[in-house]
Amino acid sequence: MIIADTRANTFAQSAALVADREVRMRLRSKAFIISSVILLLAVIASIVAGSIVGASASNETTRVAVVGDSRPFAQVPSLEITEAGSVADAEQLVRDGDVAAAIVPGDGPTGIRVLALDEAPGDLVQLLSASPEVTLLEPADQNSGLAYLVGLGFGIVFFMAATLFGTTIAQSVVEEKSTRVVEILMSAISARALLAGKVIGNTILAFGQIVLIAAAAIVGLMVTGQDALLGDLGSAIVWFVVFFAVGFVLLAAMFASAAALVSRQEDIGSVTTPVMMLVMIPYFLIVFAWDNDLVLTIMSYVPFSAPIGMPMRIYLGTAEWWEPLLSLVVILATTVLVVLFGSKIYANSLLRTGARVKVLEALRG
Amino acid sequence: MLQIDGVTKRYGDRTALDEVSFEVGDGRLTGFVGGNGAGKTTTMRIILGVLSADSGVVRLGGSVLGPADRRRFGYMPEERGLYAKMKVAEQLVYLARLHGVSRRDAEASTTDLLERLELAERRDDTVESLSLGNQQRAQIAAALVHSPEVLILDEPFSGLDPMAVETVLGVLHDVAKQGAPVLFSSHQLDVVERLCDDVVVIANGRIRASGSKQKLHDDNAVRQFELLVASDAAWVREMPGVTVLDFDGGYALFEADDDEVAQGVLRRALQLGPVASFAPRHRSLTEIFTEVVK
Repeated sequence: MIIADTRANTFAQSAALVADREVRMRLRSKAFIISSVILLLAVIASIVAGSIVGASASNETTRVAVVGDSRPFAQVPSLEITEAGSVADAEQLVRDGDVAAAIVPGDGPTGIRVLALDEAPGDLVQLLSASPEVTLLEPADQNSGLAYLVGLGFGIVFFMAATLFGTTIAQSVVEEKSTRVVEILMSAISARALLAGKVIGNTILAFGQIVLIAAAAIVGLMVTGQDALLGDLGSAIVWFVVFFAVGFVLLAAMFASAAALVSRQEDIGSVTTPVMMLVMIPYFLIVFAWDNDLVLTIMSYVPFSAPIGMPMRIYLGTAEWWEPLLSLVVILATTVLVVLFGSKIYANSLLRTGARVKVLEALRG
Repeated sequence: MLQIDGVTKRYGDRTALDEVSFEVGDGRLTGFVGGNGAGKTTTMRIILGVLSADSGVVRLGGSVLGPADRRRFGYMPEERGLYAKMKVAEQLVYLARLHGVSRRDAEASTTDLLERLELAERRDDTVESLSLGNQQRAQIAAALVHSPEVLILDEPFSGLDPMAVETVLGVLHDVAKQGAPVLFSSHQLDVVERLCDDVVVIANGRIRASGSKQKLHDDNAVRQFELLVASDAAWVREMPGVTVLDFDGGYALFEADDDEVAQGVLRRALQLGPVASFAPRHRSLTEIFTEVVK
């Protein structure tokens, strides 16, 4: 028999071993790899799609026929001018579909008339109209449609990653309970080390995925020539990654402790639903109230929604420089508190198999 | 030596363990017997530190056990289980490393154990793909892979086929031979009787008897003898100081007032004809157990 060199592991060594196993087992799972690739592709696709839509919007030209002096219209950048000899020729060009519309001399105050087939050419009319000069007293930093998409992006990525890895961590906790291997584990290491390892392992995975997505988004924006957007979005993405790391530890500890209350995979849903709500509410808020300053400000300080709310406010330019730091402190403090309570629930529930353990009982021990 | 000293555990109003004290000697195979719910699993969990006792302590070599000492314990819980989707060898290495064994030693020890338990060919199969018997062997390997200095096994033989029982026995003897205290619980009293050096009997959370198997037998001995003769043995009934408990032709089971009376029966039998057998009757552990637990 080989006499092994046995020495007690430190807490950190035990947690590192557990985390290492979590990561290795997850990377071996096909479901995990596939869902990660899909998430990554979705982000890349949305950036590419954004660039195509943007490009076609800016390059679109309207072909028009002009009767008479065409010089004033030649200066309008998105018009492609065809000169026509007469109103009748111009009308024929419109009817043949060679041009979208024709500009012919008219009697009205503008001195021109626009001919079109079956629909008033709004774009052209707008181009030809004289707009009054507008001065915004409080200009928004960002285009509102884009801001919505950015908010939605943060919301979806956080929601997806939190539910994906939250479910993963819950399943891995219940797996140990349902296969009873947990008793062997607890005879070797403390429940706290086990919980820490699980949270760290899954946070590394989730964080790795988020960094990958952020990198893909940044590279995608640069390659498709949307650097200008990157300038505004860059720091928001960096803050998102920072907030995500802390926010995820918070959620992971909650998912793990909740899952420890039950002993069967089928029961996971019943205990993780409240935690799932905490992930879902910020997602819906950002979808419905992305432009509401008050809601965003509150969101940016509530620990569960800060990973979405704060980067959004940074992007919109409504956050002072110290605000993300303050919010980070709030979320860190909450995380410490939740981890303390969570590890107690976790340690006290692990050996109770069978019926669901009540939270208060688990806290009392 | 592992000492359990005055351990009490309550669940609400129910006292699961009441001042439980016994010892597991170095190199001694100690059987832990008791009915369902008697407190065997609770005691073992407390020894392993998986559960905490309300009062009382567990000592190893005279000093109170701490978490670091428990890493050197091998444990097989009553509720069996390993990671179903992990490969056998990978899982054993992981468990050994959780106990503080270096990767190299963990791998060497895993290979060695799988060899001994005849599982070497299955090392890269997932646990869920193993047959039940092989899963049991893997479970035993999990308790031994870190070369424990103390072994605590909860019902190690339940569900094992006879061949696996022999394998496990061999391993237990090896561990005990190296001087490790080995405590195992079992419902199968015949197995305990055959194997153990010492026996601890628990009922309703209280220790009813503990000590060497011989001592248990001596303490609960009865002066009963069995006689088998070729001819009819009806005459035994008339012997003074003899109470016949069972009788069938040439066979008689009787209780004698003292050894001299019994010897008198034997002399008489020899005078009457050939004696096929004459022996004091040893009560089985099962009989003693039922009586002690009452």
